[in-house]
Formats: sequence, structure tokens, C-alpha cells
Amino acid sequence: MALVRITSPHARGNNRTQTIMLWVLGATLPGVAVMTWLFGFGTLINILLASCFALAAEALILRLRKRPVVFFLSDGSALVTAWLLALALPPYVPWWLVLVGTSFAIVFGKQLYGGLGQNPFNPAMVGYVVVLISFPVEMTTWPAWRGIEQALPDLHSVLGLLEALQRVFLPGSVPTIDGWTLATPLDVVKNNSSLTMDELAASGQPVFGSLGGRAWEWVNIAYLLGGAVLIYKRVLSWHAPAGMLLALGLMSLLFWGGSGSDSNGSPMFHLLSGATMLGAFFIVTDPVSGATSSLGRIVFGAGVGILVYVIRAWGGYPDAVAFAVLLMNLAAPTIDYYTTPRTYGHRKAERGMGKAD
Amino acid sequence: MQAAPIKIWDIPGGIHPAEHKHESTQRGLEVMPLPARLVLPLQQHIGARSEPVVAVGDQVLKGQLLAEATGLVSCPLHAPTSGIVTAIGPAPFPHASGLEEWAITLDSDGEDKWTDLEPIADYQSLEPATLLDMIRLAGISGMGGAGFPTSAKLKARPEQKIFTLIINGTECEPYITADDTAMRYKAAEIVAGIEILMHILHPADVLIGIEDNKPEAIAAMRAAVGDRAMRVIEFPTKYPSGGEKQLIQILTGKEVPSGGLPADIGMVCQNIGTLLAVHDAVLLGQPLIKRITTLTGDALTRPTNVEALIGTPIRDLLQFAGLQPDKLYRLVMGGPMMGFTLQSLDAPILKTSNCLLAGSIEELPPPPVAQPCIRCGLCSEACPASLLPQQLHWFALGKEHDQLKRLNLFDCIECGCCSYVCPSSIPLVQYYRASKAEIRALDLQTHKADHSKQRFEHRQARLQRETEQKEMDRKVRAEKAARIKAAKEAAQPSETETSAEATTDVTRIEAHKPTGLTPEQKQLKIAAATAQMALKKAQKQIAANPDNVDLQAQVPELEQACEQAQRTFDEAMGEVSVKAPAPPSAAGADDAKRLKIEAAMARASLKKAERAAGDSPTEEQEKEIYALREQVAVADARLPKDEAPRKPLDESLKKAKLDAAMAKAALKKAERAQSENGEDAALQEEIERCRAQLSDALGVLEQAEAKASQLETSQQRAEKKPVDETTLQLKTDMATAKASFKEAERAVQEARENNADTGPAETELANSREVLDKAAKAFAAHMASKETN
Amino acid sequence: MGMILTAILVLLALALIFGAILGYAAIRFKVDGDPIVDQINALLPQTQCGQCGHPGCKPYAQGIANGGEPINKCPPGGESTIQALADLLDVEVLPLDAEHGEEKARTVAYIREAECIGCTKCIQACPVDAILGAAKQMHTVIIDECTGCDLCVEPCPVDCIDMVPLPTTPQNWKWDYPLSGETLIATDAQRGAA
Repeated sequence: MALVRITSPHARGNNRTQTIMLWVLGATLPGVAVMTWLFGFGTLINILLASCFALAAEALILRLRKRPVVFFLSDGSALVTAWLLALALPPYVPWWLVLVGTSFAIVFGKQLYGGLGQNPFNPAMVGYVVVLISFPVEMTTWPAWRGIEQALPDLHSVLGLLEALQRVFLPGSVPTIDGWTLATPLDVVKNNSSLTMDELAASGQPVFGSLGGRAWEWVNIAYLLGGAVLIYKRVLSWHAPAGMLLALGLMSLLFWGGSGSDSNGSPMFHLLSGATMLGAFFIVTDPVSGATSSLGRIVFGAGVGILVYVIRAWGGYPDAVAFAVLLMNLAAPTIDYYTTPRTYGHRKAERGMGKAD
Repeated sequence: MQAAPIKIWDIPGGIHPAEHKHESTQRGLEVMPLPARLVLPLQQHIGARSEPVVAVGDQVLKGQLLAEATGLVSCPLHAPTSGIVTAIGPAPFPHASGLEEWAITLDSDGEDKWTDLEPIADYQSLEPATLLDMIRLAGISGMGGAGFPTSAKLKARPEQKIFTLIINGTECEPYITADDTAMRYKAAEIVAGIEILMHILHPADVLIGIEDNKPEAIAAMRAAVGDRAMRVIEFPTKYPSGGEKQLIQILTGKEVPSGGLPADIGMVCQNIGTLLAVHDAVLLGQPLIKRITTLTGDALTRPTNVEALIGTPIRDLLQFAGLQPDKLYRLVMGGPMMGFTLQSLDAPILKTSNCLLAGSIEELPPPPVAQPCIRCGLCSEACPASLLPQQLHWFALGKEHDQLKRLNLFDCIECGCCSYVCPSSIPLVQYYRASKAEIRALDLQTHKADHSKQRFEHRQARLQRETEQKEMDRKVRAEKAARIKAAKEAAQPSETETSAEATTDVTRIEAHKPTGLTPEQKQLKIAAATAQMALKKAQKQIAANPDNVDLQAQVPELEQACEQAQRTFDEAMGEVSVKAPAPPSAAGADDAKRLKIEAAMARASLKKAERAAGDSPTEEQEKEIYALREQVAVADARLPKDEAPRKPLDESLKKAKLDAAMAKAALKKAERAQSENGEDAALQEEIERCRAQLSDALGVLEQAEAKASQLETSQQRAEKKPVDETTLQLKTDMATAKASFKEAERAVQEARENNADTGPAETELANSREVLDKAAKAFAAHMASKETN
Repeated sequence: MGMILTAILVLLALALIFGAILGYAAIRFKVDGDPIVDQINALLPQTQCGQCGHPGCKPYAQGIANGGEPINKCPPGGESTIQALADLLDVEVLPLDAEHGEEKARTVAYIREAECIGCTKCIQACPVDAILGAAKQMHTVIIDECTGCDLCVEPCPVDCIDMVPLPTTPQNWKWDYPLSGETLIATDAQRGAA
């Protein structure tokens, strides 16, 4: 009878990486549903395409790196990257754009650093930023949302499935439809310089909803819901999202600027517009590229929140979650150095760069 | 004395693994049948291995000493049953390594016959130290965790009062129910054990911490405690509440400093099993030879708790509990969180073995292949020590030891929470264990390298010294030969006074050399030194027990004897110097120089000896130092008068000044206190005392100053010798005697004022007067003898 | 002209100020650490074995510091010492020079006492005085002091000294690092091997 020698603990919890990844995917579903309802099949097509490309890219690189393909593919991390990137892209972008974004995310953002757990940057955001900078036109073309007809009767929205597929796979063959696209609320507020907020709301532009950015508020609420489930199930810690939302809320409160023409929008508008909630609960919470300790995560989240607002209000882009996250990824190791928790039995925490180098 | 309900604190992190406790609590406490053979490893505890006191073939009785402790942190070992010692040597040992360890093998004779026991029913009448000794001799070591010898733990910090005695009935690990069972069925004995420890430690508070998943144990303990000054505290179940540090945090909110002991914050934590053993040791007189062990796991058909003899082979125990060998996949000693796997069933149980977990492959499946760390942070949320396990993991992978230390790897208690929650199934604890072991090994290596370096350098220095010494010896021999030859040549042409002069010169030089004493002088010198030694010793003893009248009576005698011996010796030396003719004036300068060198050399060797002796010189060293002092004094005495060093006197002057200043400060303080607190008899007394001290000190200072000025003038006139050590000593003695005399006087006065019995005070006064007289006489005699010299 | 003069004067003033600051910093923050020889010596294993060709560790340290000796001549220190020296001196890591011996597990000398004739030759050879004995008396090695340099082996006229590795006991046994999960191929993972 050969008895095994294994180090303790001999009991194990049933936490698995796959489970975590599946929970994350599941928690995006409310957001996916709302986006699909608002923008049509584009979001679903994005997700499907990105998933295929991501798995293929991951498998290819794993094979090249002579790593066990099935073992690493089954951890689900590539799928999460793909979904998050797909949800960040505008619906109906050409298929090759999804391909470029996803494969860059997987190959350069993740595998070339050594695979899962080794990447300093959030892979989905790396892919997103690459396509955002390379293909600005495609990346800023957001379709009008369902129900726009009531506000602006000359616009029409939500393509049928066939039309959608055509637009994605044969982008050149489809004639541009007038009045099909719409500036996002963040865009409108950013580019506004002559109208007060009230005038803007009254101008017929469908900018403000009852809570935040029109229509986008529902997308954000759906992601908030999914994130709340993740925190409740203890898949995520609350620290990073809380840090980001608080910082963003605080910044937008401080620099609100009232309702004049130079207003930057209300805190609610910022919290419930653009990619705020997607970022707060699904991007900032990426553990690999974020900070480690609880305090570190709050700091990390707060940094993202501040940067998001800075770029939204004074930078060159209407939304900025991707840039903010990447910038803070750079800072994560430093944050880790200065947010070490106090160990039991020590009077104070050992912080700073330490004795060794 | 039920105090207000205690606050339960929370610990950071922690987990809630499946408990699996009910399996082994269904059958109560069973007694294991006597095994045929017992294996008793000599290393059952932390610390030094015990040393066998029996030989192979010896017939031993139950409870007889088999091996004795080999140091403070060590534990004796006793025979768990009667029988014959059949082997002493390496035997299977329950350890993760599966390696063997020295053990005594005992074949049972089946009679189980006790040796003579000395139970103590009335332990309250014993000194705590005696009880500690009983605990030590009973071979009790901590029976829950690491196995630290209990008596050493109880007095780990002798200078620190223990305020809180914590009884650890937590048993937070899954599966284990040994303490639970003990509390259910032996609560009275446990409480008796606690009372013994209370008698030893006199804690202000006794807290018995039990997790709320053991309601039966809590009820039993509450019933047994009754209205004694102990509190049974129930708190929520969470692993690892039972860690010593964690339990202290839960019950008191305090943290044991890193690298320290609970005793550092006035606490001691004891395990339930240890208390049972203490009870048995004191009230029954039985050494630690048995313990309660949980036998559990899927591979056993009847999991249970047994009272088993230490040294019972695991095979016997598991068979008792219905082992199904084909189901056994992983055998763990201890619990599933911190226990270690065993490779063989032949190893015995130890004093620390609280559980044997015979798991099937379904129950304790092998860990899945580790996935990469995704830094999810679940481990840091679970860590009860607030470490950053994932960071430690990265640094352990990279073997960055400095970073590991920076992140406090050594505060990790290896509880396993991080590995338990890790979604990537990384064996984190193994990384930490390996890293800790490696760091320790490297530290040891560095330490050894330093040690070797030192030894090497010392050896080099020694070799160098030896060569130089040889060289010097050779030179000296050559010189001596040359001188003798020269003297002979000089003496030959004319036998005039020059030759006599030359010879006397040589004699004189010889006489000045410390070693150049005649046998008689030597003897006198030794006598003087011995007398001085005896005096010093007596003085030291008096300082240690100032109440000893006999000793105090001896001192004047000794002083006299010493004085006399010294005088005789001085006289003998004086004779020599009288005999020696005055140095020829031509050679005067040279001689002075040589003498100076000699004096300096003597002083240097004295200093060296003093340095070597340090603060606690041995007797030989003291003797040597004294002899050297003698040499210095002699050498100094030979110096031309104005060259004599003034240092000793300066020092005494300085000391007197310092004393005076201190006394003044104390007086001022007392006065201030009085002005703040108004009239107070005690303060008044204090002031009086301070004033007296001050006046004494001033007196001494005056004296010292007078001496100094006297000396100065005397030195200017080059008439008198400097004050030597003996004079100083005598003078100090006289001052001390004077002070004590004054104090006695005051005491008498006080007694009179208070209308109290003045008898003892007056005796004291008479005594001190006598001492003072003697001291004064001795001093006068010494001065006189100096004058004659 | 005036402007040029002003510029020159400003630059000169700046140069003076910065020079003063630098000079002050050089004095104020002067680091006088251990002399390099001692630092090197501290990294060497202190076996005093002489395998490097120097009579002891310190001479080798001096050789490295002053004479440009390569850092790879210390077999007892092995890879880790070379790495540490390379870090300290900021030079390339070199493979161990096989000419001076190979890295072996640490051993200690053991005298087969029955065969010892008491010649004291080994005592004289031992660089750390770890051998105990006297003329015509049996010698023995103080294991705790022995550095395993094997300098005593060669002088022994009766070859009664062995170099034996220190045994592993439960006291000094240690857990190995786990096999890294990433280097394992899933299909290779045996049950319980991790």
C-alpha cells in the first residue's frame, strides 16, 4: 500500500479558476441582454466572433509555446478577455476589426508576457486601445438605439439579422444608411460648448435619460446588477469598483460646473454613461493586472476613476476607461509596494520599496 | 466571580471547511487495549532530544523514567507500560519525511504494573517552583500543536507576570475531536488541571475558549467550572481560531508581537490535553504516558476517540478502529488543514498526536494540477495573519529571500487557508515551507561561514603569534648570553667595586621585576592576596545578604588579617629596597626610563586581565588581577616619585563628586514632592534620609578633596607616596562604616521619637561603631606602615 | 555684448551653485561601506579549502578585488556564490571553473578512529582547528566546526579520513518546492505527484 506524501492542507475548497471565469461571463449577461435589445444583433455577433478568434489565437500560441493546449484553454480566461473586448466594441464593427482587436489582446496582451497571470496589462483593454487608435472611425460609430424613432423620427434603428451580418462581414458592400448612427451622450456633452445643459436637453438631442446618459443608463444599470451578483457571490471583492465609482462620482461632483454650457455633466450622468459600470465591475476588477491588497485595490480603482474623469472632461476622447485602466496597470506594482497590509503581530505595515533594491 | 461577558473579537480571514466532526464523536471515549510493542521516539517535543537512562534488556515498570531531559527545553520520557526494553536505536517515526528517529522499543509484559507513584492531593501547600518541577519531570509537553515543553512554556518569561491564562478548547480543525471528547468526559479533571496552573501562575483572568460547534463540551465545562474564577467563552466557529495567536486575538483583542511569545503580553495558552496531563502528574503522580487521540476518516469502519498509550503503533490504533486497507489512500497525522502525511503504519503516536485521519481517495483526493496564479486575492482575504500569500508565492518562485522576509514570510503559521481557497490549486503552503527551510538553511550556512572565518583568522593570528614568540625568545636568550659574557669580561681585569655595583644592579633589576621576588616574598605576597580575596568575598556576600550578622562580624577580622599580610609583604619588599643601594647617578635616567616601561607593562597586563575577566570574573581571574595590581603598585612605587600616577585618586574624587551631586538631586526631588503633596510622614522621612546621604557624600567629597590637595602638595614636594589601592580601599571602608554608623544613630533617634523599642537599633549602632573603629584603626595602621616604608 | 556677458555670468553662477551643491552632497551623503575585499569575503563560503589556488577565502577575495581574479573559482560556494559575486561586482555570471573542482554536496571529515595513529598531521592542516587530538592519541573531528574543505585528507599517512555527506534527519529534512504547475503537461500529472 503506497501512501502518498502531500503537503497540508489536505482538505480543499471547491474554488476553481474556471468557476470564477464562468461567473464573470454569466454576470455580463444582463448587460449583454440590454445591449442586444437596444442595438440589435451587433453585440451578439461581436461576442461570438471575439470568442472564436480568442480561442483560436490562444490555441495557436499555446501550441507554439509548447504548452498543454486543452489545459490552458479550459481555464476560460481567453473567453473572458474576448467577451469584455466584444462588449466594449461598438456593435456592427467589421469582422476584421474584431479579429485584430482580439488577437492583439490574446497574443500581445497576454501570451507573449507568459500567459495567464503574467500580463501586466489588461489584455481586453490592450486590444481595445489598439483598434481604437488604429481605426477611429469604425470605433466611434455607434448605432442609434431602439426607440430613437420616437425622439428623432428621421432616424431608424436596429438592423435585422441579415442586414447585421452583411454589415459585419461585407462592410464594403452595404451602402451607408443615413441617420443610422448617433453620437453617444458623452460625445455630445464633450463637444458641446454653446448650449446650457437644459438647452441641450431641450434641443431635441436624445442625451439625458431620467438617470444618466439616455439609453446608456440601462446598459450601465444592467452591468451594475451583474457586478453586484459577483460581489455578493464573493467572486470579486468590492474594493476596486467602490474605489473607481467613488472617485469618478467625487470628481464629477467637484468639476460639475453646474448646468451652463461649460458643464461637464452631473455625477449621475458620468456614473451611468459610457463604459463606467462595465469598467468598474468587469475591467478594473481584473486581478492579474490590478493591485493586490484590499487597500491597494481601492487605490487602484480610485486612480482609474480619476483618470476616466480627467480624460472625459479635459482629454481628447469622450470615454476613457481603457486608457485609465492601462495607465493604472502601470502603477499597480508601485501601489502594491505602498499598500501592504499590516501583518499580525507587527506594529505597522512594511511599506515602500523595501530593504532589497 | 462571573465578570461581565467578554468581548469576542474577530480575526481577519479564516475559512469554514466542512467539519466532519460527528463521525468520531458517536462512540464516546474508548480505551485502547494494551499493545504488544511500543515505540517511544526520543524526540517527541520541540527542543533537545532526551537521553536514554535504560539499556536494552532492562525490565521497566509502568511510569518508570526511560530517558531524561537534556536541557531546559527538553522533556523526559517514561514507560507507558511495564515490560522489557528490546531496542534503542533508529525506528519508524511519524514525520512528513518518513525518516527514522532514535527510539526506545518496549515489549509489553501484559501486566501493566505501575512503578511507585507519589500523588499529591494537597498541592496548594507546595511552592509553584516545586509544581513546575513536577510538571517538568512528568515529561509534559504541549499536546495540541508543536509540543513545546510545558514547564518551559509556563516560565518562558520569568520577569513577566502572567495576567491571563487561556485554555484552548477551540479545536478548529475539521475531523479532530480529541479535545472535544476530553472536555465532554473529563471536564472535572481538566478544571483540576487549570486550578493547578492557577496556583502556579496566579493569573488575574482564566479564559476557556471553545468554538460554538461543541455544545456538549461547553455544557460539560460550564458544569465543571461551576462558580470558580474561570470563564468558559463560546465563540463562532471559524478556522483557524484555535491557533494560539488567533485565539488570543479572539479572546483579548491583543496580538502576540512578531517573533515573541504570548508571555510577552502577559498570557499563557494551554491545550486541553496538556491540562489533563498536568492533573495526572500532580494529583495522581503519573507521568505523561497516554493521551486521547481521534481515529477518523473514510477508511475506518468505526471512527472513534481512544485513550492510547504514547508509543502505540499506528497500525494497532487503526486496526482497533476497523481499518480497511484497500480504502486507505492518504494517512494524515493531525487534522486535514495542518497535519502531515505518513508513509508507514509502523510509526507510533507521540505526545503531540491528536488525530489520525485515514482518508480514502474520494475523501481526500489528490490536488488538481496547479494552474497559474491569477492574483485573485482570495488567499489574502483568507489569511489570518494578513499576509499577501500570492506575493509570497511569486517571490518564493523567484527565490527572492529578501522580499519574502520583507513580506513577513516568517509570520506565516502555515494554517493552509490560502491553499484551501486558491482557485488555481497552488500548493502555497508547500512553497512557504520550502522557502522557510531554505532561508533557515542559508542563514545557518552564513552563520557557519562567519564562524569558520573567525576560527580561521584566530588560527592565523595564533600561528603568527607563535612564530613571533619563538623569534623573541631566541633574541632574549642571545642578549642574555651576551650580557653575562660582557659582565664576566668586565669583572676579570680588576675586582673593584664596579663589579659589585654591576651585580647589585642586576639584583635590583631582578628585584624590580614582578617575577623576581624571593620565595619568601612570594609567599608573603600570596598570603596577602589570599587575605584580600577572603575579604572581598565576605564583602560581596554581605552585599548580597546585608542581614547576615556573622558575616559582618567577620569583616573587621578579615580586614585586619589582610592588612597585616599586606604590611608584612610590604615590609619584606621594603627590605629589598632598603637593601638595594641607591642607583648610581649616571645610570639614573636610564633606570627611570626602564622602570617606567616596566610599570607601564605591568599596568597593560593588568588592564588586559581585567578586560578578560569582564563583569563576572572567576576566582582565578580575580586572583590574577590582584597579583597584577600588586605588580603595578610595586612598579609604581619604584618609579621616581613625581612620576607616580594620580589616576586612582582622581577617580575617587570624581566618584565622590558624582555621589554628592546625586544625593543633592535626590534631596531636591524629595523636597519637590513634599511641596506638591503637602505634609507626609513618609516623605519627610525620605527627605531626612536624603539629607543625611548628602551630608555623608559631602563629607566623603571633602575628604577626597583634602586628600587630593594633600597629595598634590606632597607630590610637589616629592615627599610622600601616592595613595595606593589599599589605602583607598581602607578609606572607602572607613567612609562606609561611618555612613552606616550615622544611619544607625538616626535609627536610634527615630526609635526614640516614636517611643518604639530602641533595643535592636542600639545593637546595630554599637555594631557599626565597632566596625567604624576597626576601619579607622586599620586605616591609621596602614598609613603608619606606609610612613615607615 | 552685454547680453553675452550676462549669459556667461549667469551660466558661471549656475555652474558655481550646482558645483557647490554637488560638492556638499558628495560630503554629506558619503557612503563609506565595507572595503570591497571584506564584502567579497563575506560572500565566500569560508571553507578555507584553497581549491581556488589561494591560501584561504580572504586571499581569494583580495585576488578578486585587486588582482582581477575570475569569480568562478570557488567550488564549495558553487552557483549561488558566483551569482552573489556577480551581483556585488556587477560582472557577468560565469560557469564554475571545472579546473578548480566541482560543486558537491556539503561533506564533513570523518576519522576512522581505529586506524588513526595520532600523527597530528591533519591537525596542522585543518584551517579552522576542527580536529581534536594530540601526538600518539587518536584524533577526532568536531563535526560542527568542520567546513568540509578536505585539506586534512591528503596529509593523513594512513588514509583514515573520509569525507562523508551530512545525513538527513527529521530535524534537518525540508520540504522541496512544488513542481511548477505550468511546467507540467496536464496529461503528465500523476495523481498526487504535485
